[in-house]
Amino acid sequence: MNLEKVIFGFFIVLAATLNFGFFVGDIDVPHQHHVYELFAAIVVNLIATILKFGDRTQIGAVHLATSLVADLQLIAAAIGWGVAVHVTGEGMTPSVTAGIVSLSGGAMLANIVSVIILIAETVMLRR
Amino acid sequence: MNSVFFLILRRMRAPLIVLVLIYAVSILGLSLIPGIDPSGQPTRPMSLFHAFYFISYTATTIGFGEIPAVFSDAQRLWVTACIYLSVVGWTYSILTLLALFQDSGFRLALATTRFRQRVSRLNEPFYLICGCGETGGLLMHALDHMQMRFVVVEINETRINELELEDFRTDAPALIADARPPQTLLMAGLAHRKCLGVLALTNDDGANLAIAIAARLLSPSLPVLCRAETAETAANMASFGVHHIINPYEKFGEYLALAMDAPGCHRLLHWLTGIPGRNLLEETIPPRGNWIVCGYSRFGRSIAENLEREGVGLTIIDPSPAVTSIYAKNIVGIGTGAETLLKAGVESAVGIVAGTDSDVDNLSIVITARELNPKLYVVLRQNQKANKVLFDAFAADLVMLPSETVAHECLAILTAPLLSRFLAVVKRETDAWADTLIERLQARLGNEVPTLWSVRLAASDAPALHRALVLDRKSITLDCLLRHSSRRDDFLACFPLLALREGREQVTPDPHFRLEAGDELLFAGTAEARMLQALTLQNTNVLDYVMSGREIPGGWIWRALSPKNAGSS
Repeated sequence: MNLEKVIFGFFIVLAATLNFGFFVGDIDVPHQHHVYELFAAIVVNLIATILKFGDRTQIGAVHLATSLVADLQLIAAAIGWGVAVHVTGEGMTPSVTAGIVSLSGGAMLANIVSVIILIAETVMLRR
Repeated sequence: MNSVFFLILRRMRAPLIVLVLIYAVSILGLSLIPGIDPSGQPTRPMSLFHAFYFISYTATTIGFGEIPAVFSDAQRLWVTACIYLSVVGWTYSILTLLALFQDSGFRLALATTRFRQRVSRLNEPFYLICGCGETGGLLMHALDHMQMRFVVVEINETRINELELEDFRTDAPALIADARPPQTLLMAGLAHRKCLGVLALTNDDGANLAIAIAARLLSPSLPVLCRAETAETAANMASFGVHHIINPYEKFGEYLALAMDAPGCHRLLHWLTGIPGRNLLEETIPPRGNWIVCGYSRFGRSIAENLEREGVGLTIIDPSPAVTSIYAKNIVGIGTGAETLLKAGVESAVGIVAGTDSDVDNLSIVITARELNPKLYVVLRQNQKANKVLFDAFAADLVMLPSETVAHECLAILTAPLLSRFLAVVKRETDAWADTLIERLQARLGNEVPTLWSVRLAASDAPALHRALVLDRKSITLDCLLRHSSRRDDFLACFPLLALREGREQVTPDPHFRLEAGDELLFAGTAEARMLQALTLQNTNVLDYVMSGREIPGGWIWRALSPKNAGSS
């Protein structure tokens, strides 16, 4: 067993699960999407991205790309939240919530791709 | 760029993760700890947004003075911890980055990447110089003087560093690497579309051979100039079709023989292939009679063979008895002592060649020899360029510096394709012919080594002239290329050396020479004259002015309005 692989897999799966946790629930109901879960998802996604740095293989490049997509969408969601709550004072109205959650939904798709690649890689290795 | 970028990313993984974690923990903590209002009542904790904002300016030690509200003691405690944590995180990142930049492997990768980029972005014609020792250095200066670009590959780091201190007009891309691997050569632009030629000038015959083979296989059409110090290497290079093989020792032997046969021709040859900025040699004629050759190495052998061909009596002085037994008259020894020289008959000899591998020995030989016989004609071999002061002080009749000989040869090949043809003519001509030509050239151009250039009367090189010759069927003489492009009564400081038409040579054509499309011409002159001549060749209006003395209207409308015969007279 390789500790590096454990940590790598752990962060990728955790990024996907946290993302899913934030995403799940009715899309326009603010209390079903906790902001701390978004925060955790961003942090774990960033770490997963950094872990993927420097791998020059083709599969490594796709890995990095999916993570960058997820980061981009989650950070966009966070900015959306910050603007709505603090800048415009609009608060978490259903339309704002729907926007943030759908952005995180996109990120989740990227994270799922990442997980699929991880699984594919593992299967190829074990055969 | 790719490899460097990935290297940075890989090395920065740990510090970046640490930073992200520190930020995450700090922000999380700050968003959970309750604050306090002026009346002492606990308030809601900071929101994630405010916490992120606060940590961002604190962690980067910007210390922005904006505090959202007065902190509670719990918040202060947490922020204290955050400050230390973040300082540690940033320090760790910066130190890792600095260590990476100090890393020799990383710096090499960076230098290589930059070199590759600069070479691939070159959009001017350039030469690839492998090995920038003394020869390479001389050639670089000469090429720079001719405003040509070059790319350098050199194995020795100190030479590259010295290169950066020299004041070249352009900043030449230079790589510290062994030029033997083909990847290095490809990176240095061997297959680049603007590469004009490869100069293999390292002091290692094996490396030169490797470069020649790589160039032959990877860019077969590219001219390759190779330095070869042994006959075997030269033969090997010739076997796979290297265009120009330069053996400095053989060349010098030939030159010495030429100087003896036709001193004027030698002088002319030396002048035309000279390094830009140098002057014409004083005329010295190696006398015929008995010669002494000290040191029968590659240099000595070449000299001895050429002198023998000239029918000169030879005495060889060499430490090895096996070598000297080839010649009838020989002495075993070095020649630095008066005794050996006297035994070799220095008092009755007319010339001496000091050709050992050691500069000190060579100087010692000639100083002793001159004391014994002040009239001796002295040929000195100088091995190190650094000893120039000593050799200048001695004032020998002829000094042979291998690096300069190679540079001369390379310049002859590189400057103008027609020059080697002209030099072949010079070698065949008589002494008197050469002397006359030198006088004529000197009168027009002065003593300095002239700029040489070839002109092809083709649509690409001389569009205006080619058009006038082919489309307008005008009769144009060489005269119009020798006149000033804005004051046609003045002549340019240039001199036609050779005209080539369908393989037939016309040496020093006169101004009445009728030009035809496809002719190739070789000129000697100043750089300014070359520029002005190019104007005549390329600009129809200038050409018309030079031919007719009239200013022709430039635009199409004015040309249509002006009298019909203005352009065609």
